Amino acid sequence: MTFTLENWPLLLKGAGLTLQLAIGAFFIGALLALPLALLRIYGNKLASGIVRVLISFLRGTPMLAQLFLVYYGAGQFRPQLQALGLWTFLREPYFCALLTFTLNTAAYQAEILRGGIRAVPAGEVEAAKAISMSFGLQLRRIICPHAYRIAMPALGNELILMIKGSAIASVVTLLDLMGQARLIFARTFDFGIYLQAAILYLVISFAVVRLWRLLEWWSAPQFRRPVPTSNPVTTGGQP
Amino acid sequence: MTLSLSPRNEDRPVLVARNIAKTFGSVEVLKDVSLSASQGDVIAILGSSGSGKSTFLRCINMLEIPDRGHLEVHDQVVDIRDGRVDPRQMKTVRRHLGMVFQQFNLWSHMTVLQNVMEGPLRVLGQERATVRDRAEALLARVGLEGRFDHYPAQLSGGQQQRTAIARALAMEPDVMLFDEPTSALDPELVGEVLALIRQLAEEGRTMIVVTHEMGFARDVSNRTVFMHHGRVEEEGASSDLFHEQKSERFRAFLARTK
Ligand SMILES: Nc1ncnc2c1ncn2[C@@H]1O[C@H](COP(=O)(O)OP(=O)(O)OP(=O)(O)O)[C@@H](O)[C@H]1O
Ligand SMILES: [Mg+2]
Repeated sequence: MTFTLENWPLLLKGAGLTLQLAIGAFFIGALLALPLALLRIYGNKLASGIVRVLISFLRGTPMLAQLFLVYYGAGQFRPQLQALGLWTFLREPYFCALLTFTLNTAAYQAEILRGGIRAVPAGEVEAAKAISMSFGLQLRRIICPHAYRIAMPALGNELILMIKGSAIASVVTLLDLMGQARLIFARTFDFGIYLQAAILYLVISFAVVRLWRLLEWWSAPQFRRPVPTSNPVTTGGQP
Repeated sequence: MTLSLSPRNEDRPVLVARNIAKTFGSVEVLKDVSLSASQGDVIAILGSSGSGKSTFLRCINMLEIPDRGHLEVHDQVVDIRDGRVDPRQMKTVRRHLGMVFQQFNLWSHMTVLQNVMEGPLRVLGQERATVRDRAEALLARVGLEGRFDHYPAQLSGGQQQRTAIARALAMEPDVMLFDEPTSALDPELVGEVLALIRQLAEEGRTMIVVTHEMGFARDVSNRTVFMHHGRVEEEGASSDLFHEQKSERFRAFLARTK
């Protein structure tokens, strides 16, 4: 086992793809997760039931199996996908991985958000109803701000899991961080490369955890102390 | 036939609730409770725990939908059967009633000023500068100048409740509903909130106050309603009712809470 830096450009390139896939999937998944969670809680029996089945499928089966299902399954439906104009995407391993990761994380995030929405203080929602806020306003102004704040730590955790879990992209030929490491290993048979890759994953995770904490702090001014003395939105006098 | 130019004459009630009934599961919590409030009335609702006071108040602004009953608020007439209401009617009713909760229920992620501005700004769609001026004036009136940028968690219970009262007032309701507004407060903070409610009464606000503060009910309210097991057991002018009670239960209740 040797420790040289000659493979780092390739590893860093792989890390770039890892971040792109994981973070891309995470945020597109976040867009899907909210409507899923809302349907699950506020939808009628049918909608809520469908979402529940979908979520348990995505959470209850290995993401690798889901990736194979999309990657190899897409070929089976080539004519239909071509008709829909989706084939250009789904023949690319990159989009297969992105799609799989997105759906998977959307399911997990939907469940996290559902927990967050459930934990919104009921009295604050009643106060919103009492001033005759519409349901849309209640969601936007009261429920979601609370639910996301409650869900933030778990969502950060999900992002980390997504970054590590995205390593399976390497089995459908993608050269993410893991893919690059495998390729270099196949050439050199030096397993030290996996250690280097592991260190990179660790650094990324650490940085993401830090950034996420910052985001949590920034998004929850009501838990910051001391009291703000000036605020561009308000002009209230301060002692 | 002549039409009065001013729709709000003295005798016409601003709030009518008639035969409100509500069951939770198999428990009949309200059995045909009726109440009407004229402009400037301050009505105290008394009763022992579990008699249905909160449920009645919550039925009036439809935080609980009554099984059946009849409501009139601000020219909006609502007839409820089978626990169903038209959402638009519900909005109108709520729009004209202000509610103050036992636990304040301020929006904890908003500052004091934002809490008071929220309704006029988002629900009534009023202009921001006007809304802010009025919110600041209201907050000053309830004694919260210098606390505009505080979050609810940074305030005492009394300050929170006074903010909640300002928030309700900001919607310019026809009637204010209070559900035990001082029960969650430390004893030394009860006075400041009661003083504010008394001040509102003196300004002629129509209010319905569920309370365990007998002194407040006797001195501030002009009418008192005593509830027992989901019914109105006794009601009348407070000045009479606190001297002489027809109902044995009410008499016992007053003796207990002396
Ligand atoms: N959401 C609910 N589900 C089931 N039962 C309820 C519900 N809300 C109230 N009840 C029941 O209805 C009855 C009346 O409750 P309510 O809260 O109206 O009484 P209250 O007069 O306000 O009492 P307190 O003085 O303790 O506040 C009680 O027996 C209570 O257990
Ligand atoms: Mg009560």
